Amino acid sequence: MADLGRAALVVSFGLALYAFVVGAFAARLNRRRLADSARNALVVCFFSTLVASAVLATALVRHDFSFSYVAAHTNRTLPWIYALTAFWGGQEGSLLLWLLVLTGYGALAVAMNRRLLRDLVAWVVPVLGGIATFFSFMLVAVASPFNVQTAPVDGAGLTPSLQNPYMVAHPPMLYLGYVGLSIPFAFAAGAMLSGRTDERWIVATRRWTLAAWTFLGFGQLLGAHWAYVEVGWGGYYAWDPVENAALMPWLAATAFLHSVMIQERKGMLKVWNMVLVALAFELSVFGTFLTRSGVVNSIHSFAQSSVGGWFLAFVVISSLFSLVLILWRLPLLQAKTKLESALSREATFLYNNLLLVALCLTILWGVLFPIVTELVKGESRTIGRPYYDFFLRAFGLPLLLLMGIGPLIAWRRTSARALLKSLTWPIATALVTGVVLIVAGAGASRPGLIAYTFSAFVIAAIVVELVRGTRATGSLFRLVGRNRRRYGGYIVHFAIVLLAIGIAGSSAYGTNVERQLRPGQSTTVDGYRLAYQGVDPIVNDPNRTGQYAVLRVSGPWSGTLRTGNVTYTGFDETDNDVGIKTDWLRAQDLYVIADFQKGSNVVFFNVLVKPLVNLIWVAGIVFLLGALVAMWPDAREQRRLVLRLAPARA
Amino acid sequence: MSGLAIALVAVLAAAAVVIVSLPFLREPVVEDDRLDAPTAEEEQRLTLAEERDRALAALKELEFDHRTGKVGDEEYRELLPSLRQSAAEALRALDRAQSDGEPA
Repeated sequence: MADLGRAALVVSFGLALYAFVVGAFAARLNRRRLADSARNALVVCFFSTLVASAVLATALVRHDFSFSYVAAHTNRTLPWIYALTAFWGGQEGSLLLWLLVLTGYGALAVAMNRRLLRDLVAWVVPVLGGIATFFSFMLVAVASPFNVQTAPVDGAGLTPSLQNPYMVAHPPMLYLGYVGLSIPFAFAAGAMLSGRTDERWIVATRRWTLAAWTFLGFGQLLGAHWAYVEVGWGGYYAWDPVENAALMPWLAATAFLHSVMIQERKGMLKVWNMVLVALAFELSVFGTFLTRSGVVNSIHSFAQSSVGGWFLAFVVISSLFSLVLILWRLPLLQAKTKLESALSREATFLYNNLLLVALCLTILWGVLFPIVTELVKGESRTIGRPYYDFFLRAFGLPLLLLMGIGPLIAWRRTSARALLKSLTWPIATALVTGVVLIVAGAGASRPGLIAYTFSAFVIAAIVVELVRGTRATGSLFRLVGRNRRRYGGYIVHFAIVLLAIGIAGSSAYGTNVERQLRPGQSTTVDGYRLAYQGVDPIVNDPNRTGQYAVLRVSGPWSGTLRTGNVTYTGFDETDNDVGIKTDWLRAQDLYVIADFQKGSNVVFFNVLVKPLVNLIWVAGIVFLLGALVAMWPDAREQRRLVLRLAPARA
Repeated sequence: MSGLAIALVAVLAAAAVVIVSLPFLREPVVEDDRLDAPTAEEEQRLTLAEERDRALAALKELEFDHRTGKVGDEEYRELLPSLRQSAAEALRALDRAQSDGEPA
C-alpha cells in the first residue's frame, strides 16, 4: 500500500500547486470560475492527504516493516497506541501531519468564508496553496514516509522518551497550533494582495487565531508536564531550543491577539498587526526547521537530516514575501487616528506588545546564538538558563503587572486620579500579601516575592473588575455574555497568574537534596520521611526491562513510592522513571529520582520537594476554559458583522 | 503497484479532476465570470460601516467605563459630546453613502 500513499501525495502536490498557481492567476485576472476551481483543489488536497495519512497510520498499527519509516520508528513489542504515535515521532510523518492539518484548516477556512468574502478568499487560496506546495514537495521529493525496503524481522522501535501518554497528545496539539497560524497569515497576505485591508480578514480569522494560540499554549503545557514526568530531571522547562521554538510564535500570537483589538476599536496599528501575523507564522515554520534540521542540539532533535536547507529557504522566501507585501501596501495600512493618552487601555496594550515582542526576540537571539557563533567563530557557543531567566523576569514581571492595570484602565484616556482610585484594592492586596509573605519567611527569594505580590495584584484587579461589572450589569452571566472575548481573556489572565505562582513556588522555594540509602535505611526531607525498602525488578514486560526502588513515605503524605531505571527493548540508554506523589492541599509534589549503583545495594536518591508546582497544570485547565469562553460564538456579534458587511454585498 | 492500489489511485485522481473542474462543468458558458469583488462605492460603504461600529462601540464602552468607575464624572462629561458627535457623523455619512448607492 506504500504506492497508494506515494500516489496520494503526488496528487496532493499537484492539487496544491494548482491552487497556488491557478489560484493566483484567477485572483489577479478576476476570474470567478477559475478561482472556485483553485479553491476546490485546496479542499480535495486535504482529502488526498488524508488518504496518504490513513495509509501510513494503517502501516504503523499493522507493524508493516516493509515501510522504512515504520521499521525505523516502531517494533513489534510497541503497544498500538505508541505505534500510532510514531506518526509524528519521525521527520517524514511530522511533515505529513503538517500538510494534513494545513490542508484541513485551509479547506475549512476557505469553505466557511467563500460566500461573504469571495474576493478575499480568492487571494487566500493561492497563499495557502503555496505553503501546501512546499510541504507536499518535501514529502514527495525530499522526505517521503512511503519509502519501502525488504521487511526486517523487527523494527528499531520508538524513542523511549516518546513512549509516554503525553506524547499521544503533545505533538499533534503543537502542530494544530503551529499550522493554525498559517490561516491568519494567509488571510492577512490575501488582504494585502487584494488591496482590501479593511477589518474583514481580522473578523474572518479571529477564532482561527485564538484556536491556534490555544492549541500552541496548551500543547506547550502538555510538553512541560511530559518533561516533568518523563525526562526525569525534576524540571518542566529547560529553555531547550525546540521548547523555545514553540514559545516564540505563541508570544507573537499573544501580542497580535491584544494589538488587533486596538485596530478593531481605533483603526490603529495595521502595519504592526501585519508584522505580528507574519512573525508568528514565520516563527512557526522556523520552529519546524529547528526541530527537524538538527541545526541546534536539543533533546527534541530526534532526527538530523537534509530537510534543514529547504526549510531555511522557505523561511527566507516567505519572510521576504511578507516584508515586500507590507512595504508595498504601506499606504493602505496607515492609521486614521492616534493614541490619545499614555494612560489608556490601548496604551497598556501597546506596552504589553512591546514587552511580548522584546521577550520573543530575546529568546530568538538565544536560540540563534549557537548558529551565529558557529558561522562567525567556527565554534558553537550556547546561551544558558541564566540568560533566559533574567529576561523572563525583566519582561515577564512588568507584563504581569500590566495584566492587573489593563482591565482597570479606560479606553481613550483616564486621569491618574481615576486610575489610582481603581487600583486602590489591588495595590492594598499586593502590599498585604507582600508583608504576610515576608513575615512567613518567603522573602528569601526576591523574584519569588515580587512574582507573588504582582500575582496578588492581578487577581485583585480581576476580582474588582468582575464585581464592578456585575454591579453595573446586574448579573455576572450577563456581564460575561456581553463581551465573551474580554472576560474569557481575564480567565486566561488568571491562568497566567496561576502559572506564575507555580513557577515561582517550585523554582524559588523548592528543596533539592541527594541521599545515599541501603535497604532498611531512611531519611527525612522537608517533613517527609522516606524509608528505602528494597528493589522491585520489572518482569514479564516484552517492551521494558529495569528495576524500581520501593520507598515507604510518611509525613504530609503517606504511602509507597516507586522510582527506577528503565531500558526499552531495542535501545541502549536507560531512562529515569521518577516517583511523584502529589499533595493537592499544598499543590506540592514529592519527586524522587533513583540512581542504582552497579555491584552495590546502595541507591543514590535525588529528593525534590516542589511547592505549588501543580498550579502550573491547573493553569492549563483554566487557560483552556478561558480560551473556550473567548472563542464561544456570539450571535449578537455575528448579526452586527453581517449587517456591517451587508452594504458591501448589496 | 497492486491492482487495488492502482484502482484506488485512479478513483482519487478522477475524483480530484471532476471536483476541480466542477465550476466549469456547472457553468460551461457564463455572461459574467468576474469575481464579485466590492466596487469602490461598496468599499467606501464598508469603511463607513466600520467607522460607525467603532464610534458606537466607543460610546458604549465609555458608558460602561463610567458605570464601573474607570472614568470619572468630569472626564465622562468631557468625552461624551465628542463621541456622540463622531457617532452621529458616522451614521449620517453611512446613510448618505447608502442613499447615493440606491437606484433612482
